[in-house]
Amino acid sequence: MLLALDTSAGTSAAVVRDGRVLARAEEAGTRSHAEVVGVLIADALAGADVSPRDLDGVAVGMGPGPFTGLRVGIAAARAVAGALGIPVLPVVSPDALALGRAEPTLVVTDARRRESAWTLYDTPDAEGLPVRRAGPAHAPSDAVEEAAAALASGIRFTRLDASLIPADALGLLAERLLALGRPLGPAEPLYLRAPDASPPGAPKRVSA
Amino acid sequence: MLGIETSCDETGVGIVRGRDLLANVIASSMEEQARFGGVVPEVAARAHLEALQPTLAAALAEAGVGLADLDALAVTSGPGLAGALMVGIGAAKGLAQATGLPLYGVNHLVGHVGADLLRTETDADRGELELPTIALLVSGGHTSLLLVRDLLDDVELLGETIDDAAGEAFDKVARLLGLPYPGGPEIDRAAASGDPGAIRFPRGLTAPKDRDRHRYDFSFSGLKTAVARWVEAARDRGEEVAVPDVAASFREAVVDVLTAKALDACREHGIPRLLLGGGVVANRRLRELAETRAADAGVALRIPPLALCTDNGAMIAAIGAQLVDAGRPPSDPRFGADSTLPVTRVQA
Ligand SMILES: [Zn+2]
Repeated sequence: MLLALDTSAGTSAAVVRDGRVLARAEEAGTRSHAEVVGVLIADALAGADVSPRDLDGVAVGMGPGPFTGLRVGIAAARAVAGALGIPVLPVVSPDALALGRAEPTLVVTDARRRESAWTLYDTPDAEGLPVRRAGPAHAPSDAVEEAAAALASGIRFTRLDASLIPADALGLLAERLLALGRPLGPAEPLYLRAPDASPPGAPKRVSA
Repeated sequence: MLGIETSCDETGVGIVRGRDLLANVIASSMEEQARFGGVVPEVAARAHLEALQPTLAAALAEAGVGLADLDALAVTSGPGLAGALMVGIGAAKGLAQATGLPLYGVNHLVGHVGADLLRTETDADRGELELPTIALLVSGGHTSLLLVRDLLDDVELLGETIDDAAGEAFDKVARLLGLPYPGGPEIDRAAASGDPGAIRFPRGLTAPKDRDRHRYDFSFSGLKTAVARWVEAARDRGEEVAVPDVAASFREAVVDVLTAKALDACREHGIPRLLLGGGVVANRRLRELAETRAADAGVALRIPPLALCTDNGAMIAAIGAQLVDAGRPPSDPRFGADSTLPVTRVQA
């Protein structure tokens, strides 16, 4: 049984077991992750009527997404897993939205600063799992489709804009990846952007 | 009680039993910040996320306890850098859900005062923190003067910096002088052979006209500019900059204002006690001048051990333990990061 958590867009928590969703709790707000993360975990556990000790792992979305919120979910997931002595199962967040879609799909989420995060998916593989064709990457929000099309090799895709990555799908995907022995997502967040700072140059002159 | 602190660039986890310090582990992102010559919030927040679980594990090992031995958790909810605070809050809330432990959101500045409650093996004979006290809290993130009548119920902000924190001023002036980051210890070292009276740099907000509105506020940005002008003028004249004299004179201007205002507050409020806190307490000249001036004024000076002066989780745990002892309920589970949390709110 897994707890799943994603804060790469809104905040979503879920409990899944053996391909079934036992509970899901979420809030769409994109600036309230730190406020709601605890209560949503509690709601998901209560909704599934399970205790933390029943968990076998914590699936967590590694983004991409606005960094400040993204880190809240990862910090919480690592703390839950660390406290219970169970593994963290990192997942590329948009993969959760591509799961179960039969046609090529472009998943688009907000990345702030008039940019969007996008990931382009082919049709699923033989196991029905998402296949990333390009991305995740950032592009100006008004040029996402051009950016994706440039790497699409002519395939037609459906665009899917999301303001929340559903943690239940994320948890189900983590279960499948584990069961099939497939690689999970990256251990560190998908920042896709360096910190907005540069090493200082010479001090600016202050006198005339 | 386990406390988590992530308000600036140190990831701190501390464990206390009542007032006994069991563990105090700090990971700093200072090396990464050094590339940028100052604390970059995004760099700090990334480093917190990487450091948090290892720091937590190290603190439990140092205290020789397991999570099952804990009674409650505390985490800094503000003031501080919002993105940095949120990493600690996310981790604390995850930990609270996994363990079922009650969670207290704690005020960082009051935490600096709470640090003085802690007993360590080496300073058992340091005596008790007596209240009321004036508290001067100086770091790279804040410069605040507090009047503490009661740790949990009556903390008043007398004044704070209106621009740079004192620690930031040290960093910026160090850069002007071509010294590395962090500036505090570098300025201290350079100043050792300098004459603190060589150059009379301005003392911010000490003019008679500032007495009404800014009696206990600080300003270091004018001082920083004055140092820059002085250095430029010397270079324009083709002279070599006397780094030790500039460093000593600059440092003297900073610690003069800090200690003068702190002791002015002691006098005005009739409180013969002054507590120092924050990373800048590591500055030798600040401690020295505070000691001299406090002794002259008949004020008892308290300085917690240095490892408890810099930002740390133990001080947050200390306040958490006080809240539990006072029978306070845990914080609302929906509390968040408040980058400007006022000192009047000890608990989020
Ligand atoms: Zn501090």
